[in-house]
Amino acid sequence: MEAVSQFIQNIPLDLLLIQTVNGIVTGMILALVASGLTLIFGIMDVVNFAHGELFMMGAYLGVLVMATTGSFWLALIIATLMIAILGAALQILTLRPLIGRDPLNTILVTFGLSLILQNFALWEYGPVPRKLPEPITAHFNLFYLQYPWYRIVIAALSAAIIGGFWLYLKYGKFGIWIRATTQDRVMAQAMGIPVPWVYTGVFALGAAMAAASGVLFGPLGSINHTMGLDWVLKAFIVVVVGGMGNLGGSIAAAIFISLLEAYASIWVSPAQAVIVSFIVLILTLLFRPTGLFVATPK
Amino acid sequence: MTTAPLDKTMPPKAKLSHTTVYWIGFCVVMAVLIVAPLVLPVFWAKFLTEILIWGLLAMSSDLLIGYTGMISFGHSAFFGLGMYGAAGALLHTSPPNLWLAIVYGLAGAAGAALFVAYFSTRLRDIYFAITTLIFSQIFYVIIFTWTAVTGGENGLIFTRPHFSIPFLYDVRFTTTTMHWFVLALVAGSYLLLRRITRSPFGMVLQSIRENEARTRAIGYPVQRYKIVSVMLSGLFAGLAGVLYAVQNEFAAPDFVFFVTSGDTVIFNVMGGIGTLVGPIVGAGFFQLLRELLSRVFGDQFPYLIPLGVVFIVMIIFLPQGLLGFARRWLNR
Amino acid sequence: MSAAADISTEPLVRVEDVHTYYGKSHILHGVSLHVGPGEVVGLLGRNGVGKSTTLKTIMGLVQPSHGTVMLDGNAISGLPPHKLAGLGIGYVPEDRRIFRLLTVMENLRVGFDRGGVTEEKRRALLDKAFMYFPRLAERRNQAGGTLSGGEQQMLAIARAMMLEPKIILLDEPTEGLMPRMVSQIRQIIEVLHKEGVAILLVEQNVPLTLEVSQRIYIMEKGSVRHHCAASEIKVDDPVIKQYLGV
Repeated sequence: MEAVSQFIQNIPLDLLLIQTVNGIVTGMILALVASGLTLIFGIMDVVNFAHGELFMMGAYLGVLVMATTGSFWLALIIATLMIAILGAALQILTLRPLIGRDPLNTILVTFGLSLILQNFALWEYGPVPRKLPEPITAHFNLFYLQYPWYRIVIAALSAAIIGGFWLYLKYGKFGIWIRATTQDRVMAQAMGIPVPWVYTGVFALGAAMAAASGVLFGPLGSINHTMGLDWVLKAFIVVVVGGMGNLGGSIAAAIFISLLEAYASIWVSPAQAVIVSFIVLILTLLFRPTGLFVATPK
Repeated sequence: MTTAPLDKTMPPKAKLSHTTVYWIGFCVVMAVLIVAPLVLPVFWAKFLTEILIWGLLAMSSDLLIGYTGMISFGHSAFFGLGMYGAAGALLHTSPPNLWLAIVYGLAGAAGAALFVAYFSTRLRDIYFAITTLIFSQIFYVIIFTWTAVTGGENGLIFTRPHFSIPFLYDVRFTTTTMHWFVLALVAGSYLLLRRITRSPFGMVLQSIRENEARTRAIGYPVQRYKIVSVMLSGLFAGLAGVLYAVQNEFAAPDFVFFVTSGDTVIFNVMGGIGTLVGPIVGAGFFQLLRELLSRVFGDQFPYLIPLGVVFIVMIIFLPQGLLGFARRWLNR
Repeated sequence: MSAAADISTEPLVRVEDVHTYYGKSHILHGVSLHVGPGEVVGLLGRNGVGKSTTLKTIMGLVQPSHGTVMLDGNAISGLPPHKLAGLGIGYVPEDRRIFRLLTVMENLRVGFDRGGVTEEKRRALLDKAFMYFPRLAERRNQAGGTLSGGEQQMLAIARAMMLEPKIILLDEPTEGLMPRMVSQIRQIIEVLHKEGVAILLVEQNVPLTLEVSQRIYIMEKGSVRHHCAASEIKVDDPVIKQYLGV
């Protein structure tokens, strides 16, 4: 008991607080990435290996737009739109021909796309990491510490985007089309829904979410051509832990894992902190394989 | 003229049976590969040896992808652990012992395979692929950060062991003899894998690939078969890792990184899954193409962009891969 | 038997010598039939003779290996189903297949949420649906899966009507329904007929079919065996017994 209370007393409270907020911020971004992945998988049965690269390309495009216009918000909007278009184009070219085939083919193809995009970024932008300057430089007082506002804004924006998409899916016309297509593809077609275009739209939407996350993440870390892999890996973990196709679960899992990692980085290096997410995954697979945040295990 | 009934004696100008043709083909290929290092310049001889090693890795993956129908992105872990296992043996025994290296390497790979298999085989298809990916990254992180044991970022360097049979024979490897050693092991692995895929066990694996639910319904303990399949696959991948370590005298975490798994899958798809030989051809095709592109366009050329395009085009239009057309024939 | 009404005007839907396979099974062996604008045509036959497959072929859900399907004189085989819905073919399948997780309202929306439909027209269509199917109005915010069998059938038909189709392909609408609902179906068919919507009705219920149709076809083993005006045949006709008897 002595050792435990000693340990508790030694935990730097201010560090804990900062890491909690940091964890939530990163968690929201991760949630946005994972939502896009879940969307594409849940509706199209496509595991989008290139999701991380769409995130990365969004970040790079954000850097470019910001360099030319000086506006973070323009960067966010333009990068998101352009990657959405790229996503649509890629889906039409490489995924439409595969409709009806074994879904494992889509893993291979999206894997191929990730290779191409990654190396394109390396070739085009070089190996030196970039940075997106902070959109808002003001800080506020978190207790007796200075905490940057822009991080809170980013977290709020991520939440807003997720919320917006969710609402659109529930009430918008396209959302109804998506839900109808998911439930009964054949009847959806018989009712006039252009199903191939629904799939293209969903992929574009997922790509947009990935790109937006990339731009939002920009000011928090460095941007390089390999960042996609880390994020997509974590997003996959989030999706499995949160329960496949479960949007609420993904969000909860994203924040949960990010918080744990943030706390872990108080004591170990960030490279090792990722082990936390691995442990969570292993535990989930062992005890609740349908998802940690799923109400009742199926 | 004669109306004698068909009897068991073959008429003189019989067409060659499938088996005969197959083995003739095999011998021809082997002969070429044996002679190759004697006539090729050193660079290309070593290049060929490496193709064989990557081919072995790809072949091990084919057992999973082509025969059991499970795409694995985890082979970098098995390969890497084979490599590091061998490194461990070669660094800690004096004089470095080849056979011990193989044993350590296989043990390491088997351990990794068991670990991965246990968790991943619970999940079907797509989730299996994702979790093998995640697990291979787990091994990467461990190897990368456990500097004390694995040398961390810099990896491990060691000397190539001699080819020695205790009390009988001890000789250094030359480029040529190394090639022959690798060839012997790879060819042996191929024959062994071929035997396995055509055995009753292999038939069950293929049945799992065709229709897992039905195989389970018939009564086969599908998950157990899958675990064994992953372990066998991991063993051969580990052997490839050992050979790589012995050939190149170093072990580096880069090889445990996901990219190796990705490359392996590419070799498989390009060469033709479900053929065992196809992946070796795929490995060769890939390496040659890369060498060609870098010679023509320079070192900095992002060769993976056109290769990625070729890969995607092949999946869409030529999903059986380069040797896929021969798949039935090769498996008969 | 004597041929049907004079077809000097091009029929709305013409199926000519269509062969359809499911994998290796040869289901349709050269089916030919036609439906004129505003006509109600019955398609009778035992289970498994290919009636549903014929409808599916017209709707583009299966591709014929041989033969043509024409709509308004234009060949439509090969077009995807969503285009055909846009061209005016409505499909009400055998097991209704409403979107169970969508509300009644959303099911209907799928029908009238089309390009070129004004807000007023949408409201008009919705009102019409609720007028003809008051039960649906009561349950407008309920999930489709919570409706009874009969209500789901109503919803399936109403949904197809939202497309403002020229022809509705109705596959066994009375199957499994209580007699009260069956007469409701009859009323709806008559209403649709009055509005000028053509109907190709696949049914096992012979009396109902003979009542509402102008012409009937009888199929057996993948082809049309008999074709006449509905008025020329009675329920106990030997032909009926031959092809539909137990």
